[in-house]
Amino acid sequence: MAIITYREALNQALREEMSRDDRVFLMGEEVAVYNGAYKVSKGLLEEFGEMRVVDTPITELGFAGVGVGAAMVGLRPIVEFMTWNFALLALDQVVNAAAKMLYMSGGQYPMPIVFRGPNGAALQLSAQHSQAWESWLAHIPGLKVVTPGTPYDAKGLLKAAIRDDNPVIMLEGEMLYNTKGEVPAEDYIVPIGKADLKREGEHCSIITNGKMVLVAMNAADQLAKEGIRVDVVDLRTVRPMDVAAITASVRKTNRAVVLEEGWELAGIGAQVVDYIQRECFDDLDAPVVRVHQADVPMPYAKAIEKAAKPDLAKTIAAVKKVMYLG
Amino acid sequence: MASKKKADGKGLPGDAALRKELLHSMLLQRRFEEKVGEAYALGKIGGFCHLYIGQEAVSTGIISMLRPDDYVITTYRDHGQALVRGMTPRSIMAELFGRIDGCSRGKGGSMHLFDRNTNFLGGHGIVGGHVPVAAGVGFAIKYRGGDQVIVCFMGESVVNTGAFHEALNMAALWKLPCIFVIENNKYGMGTAVERAAAIKDLSRRADAYDGMDGEHVDGQDVFAVREAMERALEIARRGPKPVLLEVRTYRYMGHSMSDAVSGTYRTKAELDEYLKRDPINLLKARMLEAGDIDESDVAAMEQEIKTLCQDAWDFADASPEPPLEALYEDVLVDTTS
Repeated sequence: MAIITYREALNQALREEMSRDDRVFLMGEEVAVYNGAYKVSKGLLEEFGEMRVVDTPITELGFAGVGVGAAMVGLRPIVEFMTWNFALLALDQVVNAAAKMLYMSGGQYPMPIVFRGPNGAALQLSAQHSQAWESWLAHIPGLKVVTPGTPYDAKGLLKAAIRDDNPVIMLEGEMLYNTKGEVPAEDYIVPIGKADLKREGEHCSIITNGKMVLVAMNAADQLAKEGIRVDVVDLRTVRPMDVAAITASVRKTNRAVVLEEGWELAGIGAQVVDYIQRECFDDLDAPVVRVHQADVPMPYAKAIEKAAKPDLAKTIAAVKKVMYLG
Repeated sequence: MASKKKADGKGLPGDAALRKELLHSMLLQRRFEEKVGEAYALGKIGGFCHLYIGQEAVSTGIISMLRPDDYVITTYRDHGQALVRGMTPRSIMAELFGRIDGCSRGKGGSMHLFDRNTNFLGGHGIVGGHVPVAAGVGFAIKYRGGDQVIVCFMGESVVNTGAFHEALNMAALWKLPCIFVIENNKYGMGTAVERAAAIKDLSRRADAYDGMDGEHVDGQDVFAVREAMERALEIARRGPKPVLLEVRTYRYMGHSMSDAVSGTYRTKAELDEYLKRDPINLLKARMLEAGDIDESDVAAMEQEIKTLCQDAWDFADASPEPPLEALYEDVLVDTTS
């Protein structure tokens, strides 16, 4: 299998799906002439032309709505946000229009649209550019929310999202675009709503998603050196959530750490913990521990930024805590 | 119904049959809405409910000029436009009653009438939110190389939203076949337009975009609305490019059913003044004078419409509520294509 970057995997998914279906088009800021703010759409303008790779003005609310309208009458738009921080301006279209259209029209208007872009923190981008929106978006019925952590999942989930007849939110990561992984040459999709057991162990489950999958895998490597073998459950999709995958793992290991990029209160981890207490109450040997961002806006200065973020050391410490090792 | 025929009834545009259709269309909306008000008072209809009474010449004038394959999108004050577009009084009333035979299967209610068969893309509840959606439909028309247009109705308060500007900018930039129709009924809920918009002539908002035409027209005169719409269609369909039409009208009822008819924000005297230019009375008087119709024709039309509205009520009343299992239906489409 070829080793490619997460960015290239997304680019391949876009190219393949646009070739497969001429109703699919990409729109957003800098996606065409500039080749994408993060070069995800590199070469697509040249290949598909300006009607299908559309540079928009800086108007998130406006072009998200253009996507919704186009989807209403049968096109299959992919709306790229330069970051999900900017997509807050477009939430009315995502939440009030895309997520509601099928339901409030009594099933008449499906909404085959993908909203995608980088999510969460990068490095020293400070408060307004460093937020993880999983829990906000996962809260909304009528949406699907996927958060690929590897190039393989990025390509497979984007292809699945484009083929899905529902609005799908895809949360990527600036810090993920250069990461590498194996991606097969042949056509495949990763089914939406299915978690992936990325590492198999026996002592503890780390349940995570998106960018934090890499942190969990590093933690698993480090812990293995000390003889602690963990399951890493990559949720991949946070709405709908693969509850069976969570419970299967926790019933095996009897201990769980939930690792997420966002804030604690009403975070994705809170929902995971709720599923665990409901389904695995008698299986637990210790209270579940959550690892998440500090409950502050993201600061700029390096040391306190690091202190705010969930990371390897905090994850390892959490695993040891649920194992009563220190 | 679009017609360029010369006047044949004492200077009135169109032929007598068309004029009768226009009167019928407007009268149907008026009597239907009165029936809705009655049903609301009896608790048959719940939630927010915004009546269209007073604005009938706008919907009739605009939509009567469209082709069946064109698109219409509108706000939460959507009953009138839905009727003119050809949705049945039965399917609309059943929706208002929250019944399974409603056009949105009882899931939308008054503010969210939808009908795929007539390309009626919905009543939308967030002020300004549907304007970019209309631009997206225009984009899709251009993408496919079609020659349809989309008409986007909106209240005058929409022109102060960011969504309006973002949508019109893109529509002008990309030359999309969108006809943006501002129904200026003078009040955004209870706030007078001059207390909300730093511009008097709202059609001049078009001046902000190179190549976009803007026009304002008397919305109580259905013929004037049709003539303005004919010019707008020429621009949007043949251009193709977007056009902005401000149609000046007035609502005779409160903002919604929970609002008094005149309220604290306008006077009874103002309302009475506008009632003198009731669009239905204006048309009827002109047709009577031209000899298109006589009083017995009007009485017959009233009777026929009364029966139609009562039939809609009876149909809605007899239609079952959505079953409990409908609660979880249509949140998502089941299949992946």
